[in-house]
Amino acid sequence: MEWRLTDDRPIWIQLTEQLTERIVSGTYPMGEKLKSVRDLASEAGVNPNTMQRALSQLDAKGLTETGRSTGRCVTGNGEILARVRTELARGKIRDFLKGMEVLGFSEHEIMELLKGENME
Amino acid sequence: MSGNLVECRGLTKSYGGLKALDNVNLTIGSGKIVGILGPNGSGKTTMIKIMNGLLKPNAGEVLIDGEKPGVYTKSIISYLPDRMYFADWMTVEDLMSFFADFYKDFDREKAGKMCSRLGISSKQKVKTLSKGTKEKVQLILVMSRHAKLYLLDEPIAGVDPAARDYILDTIISNYNTDATVIISTHLISDIEKILDEAVFICNGQIMRHDTVDDIRETTGMSVDSLFRTEFRTVPYQGGRDNVR
Repeated sequence: MEWRLTDDRPIWIQLTEQLTERIVSGTYPMGEKLKSVRDLASEAGVNPNTMQRALSQLDAKGLTETGRSTGRCVTGNGEILARVRTELARGKIRDFLKGMEVLGFSEHEIMELLKGENME
Repeated sequence: MSGNLVECRGLTKSYGGLKALDNVNLTIGSGKIVGILGPNGSGKTTMIKIMNGLLKPNAGEVLIDGEKPGVYTKSIISYLPDRMYFADWMTVEDLMSFFADFYKDFDREKAGKMCSRLGISSKQKVKTLSKGTKEKVQLILVMSRHAKLYLLDEPIAGVDPAARDYILDTIISNYNTDATVIISTHLISDIEKILDEAVFICNGQIMRHDTVDDIRETTGMSVDSLFRTEFRTVPYQGGRDNVR
């Protein structure tokens, strides 16, 4: 999985978002140990302090936990994961609906289109 | 650690009539990667040379870890000059012995490992290395010291983009977290992701000193775009203003 960093926003925010995605999608599985700050920083090509700042955000949200001897692990708490995952999905749906509104679609039309769109 | 690792107060340096540094005040803490960014001839190299004691300022002073440049500061600063200074008859092995002789904090094993990972044989002579490889070897030697302050003058100027990535990765994965790395460069987009702070310097004066996150947050621009905006020079229009 590639790190995608754009120029217009602080890097730590982008790292936080992408780490969160990796956790809720299971790319970093539940309960599993994360790589060290330095290794993650080197992988993403960013400053270790910046990566540290992003990881502290995950700690604050409860997505990761730091044990004394274990290092930083993805939380084993499925409820937190499910909640954050749903929040992210809601955000995407809101963006989608906003876009459809701009195009002038009614709720009914949107539902019809979605049904017609085969989830292959 | 308390206090600042680097403290410049009123630094001024002239070469003849040319003011290379003009009353520079700058403090840099520990555990940071800081970029000194400025166009060509803005005073970057002069500032770095004053920090490591190669040049004396005409006015003002610099303190490194609380001390004026001297024996102590040299023992804690690892310096990458803007040009190569090794004798070209030496082999990579010779260079390592040279560094081990000079610096107590040189980690020879680490340097050897990094060279072999790049496929550089320790028997190779400096003369036979390509420009890019020379720069890599030089950086490996400098980063293999356990220094408190790394001063890297234009570490990525002469190498291709892939080698740049290698060099940046070497920097992030080899400095210890309470050391500070100061990198001077005009190639901002390549290094901005690894910086904590950016110092903009132009005509020997500090124009801005901020964290990279703050710059992005407040301006909505990358450090690179901001730099281009602030230092844009209007091209000469061939005197068309005067044409009626």
